[in-house]
Amino acid sequence: MAYSYGDGELLGDMTLSLPAGSFYFLTGPSGAGKTTLLKLCYGELLPTAGQLRLFDKDVRALDRDGIAELRRRIGVVHQDCQFLDHLSIADNIALPLTVAGQSVAGAQDNLAELMSWVGLRGRASALPPELSGGERQRAALARAVIMSPDVILADEPTGNIDWEMSQRLLQLLVELNRMGKTVVIATHDLGLIRAAKSQVQARVLRIAGRRIQQAGADL
Amino acid sequence: MRDVIHLNKITDFIIGDAQAERAVPPTGFTARLTLFAAAVMAFLAVFALALSVSAARLSERWASELAQSATVRISAPQGQMQASSEAALVVLQTTPGVASARVLSDAEQRKLLEPWFGPEMPLEALPIPQLIEIIEDEEGLDAEALRLRLLGEVPGAVLDDHARWRAPLVAAAARLSFLGWFSIGLIFAVMGAMITLAANAALAANAKVITVMRLVGAKDGYIASAFVRRFTLRSVTGAALGMALGVAALLVLPTGGPQDSLLSGLGFQGASWLWPLAIPLVAGLVAFGATQAAARRTLKELR
Repeated sequence: MAYSYGDGELLGDMTLSLPAGSFYFLTGPSGAGKTTLLKLCYGELLPTAGQLRLFDKDVRALDRDGIAELRRRIGVVHQDCQFLDHLSIADNIALPLTVAGQSVAGAQDNLAELMSWVGLRGRASALPPELSGGERQRAALARAVIMSPDVILADEPTGNIDWEMSQRLLQLLVELNRMGKTVVIATHDLGLIRAAKSQVQARVLRIAGRRIQQAGADL
Repeated sequence: MRDVIHLNKITDFIIGDAQAERAVPPTGFTARLTLFAAAVMAFLAVFALALSVSAARLSERWASELAQSATVRISAPQGQMQASSEAALVVLQTTPGVASARVLSDAEQRKLLEPWFGPEMPLEALPIPQLIEIIEDEEGLDAEALRLRLLGEVPGAVLDDHARWRAPLVAAAARLSFLGWFSIGLIFAVMGAMITLAANAALAANAKVITVMRLVGAKDGYIASAFVRRFTLRSVTGAALGMALGVAALLVLPTGGPQDSLLSGLGFQGASWLWPLAIPLVAGLVAFGATQAAARRTLKELR
């Protein structure tokens, strides 16, 4: 597939397949197209040429509701987290359940367990601006996994947090991968990639010159 | 069964999804604007409705009460008045379409003239024509034929079938009623336009909310419903307040004048008092349609 915006080609002529249960890092210089590729992976953007299939469905053949259905199988963690600041952090984490028409009241135990898993027990009623950067990233991860998605996409998840907190976040993502989830992390943090490779069989894709390259094992 | 399903849909819409509702932050400015606009428009709609209903009632009364009656006016010297009246009655009794005819008494004629001359005026001294009231049967009379007969048999007798002055009055009242309904249409159109503006402002202010909701898998129908429900309920609430104020204002208008006066008869009678209850419902439908269209358009643009 390829993706262009206006007259400029942002991603060109790439072929990529992400098998279920795999762990990928997406790296490359700023502006290389990591975020664009992730947005293509959850249907936020549509390829301008070629074909993109998510869960064996041609994304360009889907309408807006069809893409919304697909997104319930894909958890996304943004660098800036994207919370609704007027809702408590628990309500934000439960938002995917709400929009899918599932009972939040009936999922209180799961919600509490999930908040405990990401280390946010006792912070349920806090508003997003009241949380630290690390807490917000972990809350974003909790929201991304509350629907038990098949795929977790994380865009620079450690961009705004310290090393210790980024290790904690990586550990959570590795745990998810061990549960069978496909994990794709866009990052230019090589330290994070090295740390991950000691825990999980991760592959590294480097985007440069608008093309994907398989990175070397020395990363 | 279908009615039950529709009722369930309406109930679900009114009760709503509290969690979904909370996903859209409260927007004070657009909330107050919608409430205020709906209240003002509903207040005006009550008066337009009252005008329309009153004019229609008046038109109907004039048309039905006067259409079946006519008057013969007899002008004759004082000594011949009695004979001319009796001759005219004979003509009328043998005229097809006349159900009854009777000579108005002096007291009745005095009462008719009182509004112009006052109660103290010595009418006996004035050369006042004698009036004969005719009530037509269902088939009605041939006015032109009767005029010709009166001309030949009772000189000085003139038939007035009220058509000359009744027709423009009935037409004016009917036109006024139409203008009332047209005004109601304009009022709801303006209400729809204002709610659309407020909804557009709210949607634009909540672009981030829409992005986040989409990110977590919300369908556009779900996002739109949160805005539509909020604006519809606000509009119904505002319109109900405006309607109540409008009805209260109508109740304190002075009454007791002549029955066929529009000014003293402006308002509702009997079951027509139920008409204003339709205003909040129509306001709700207008708000629903306007917000739904605004939300769909905005969500499409935010692809």
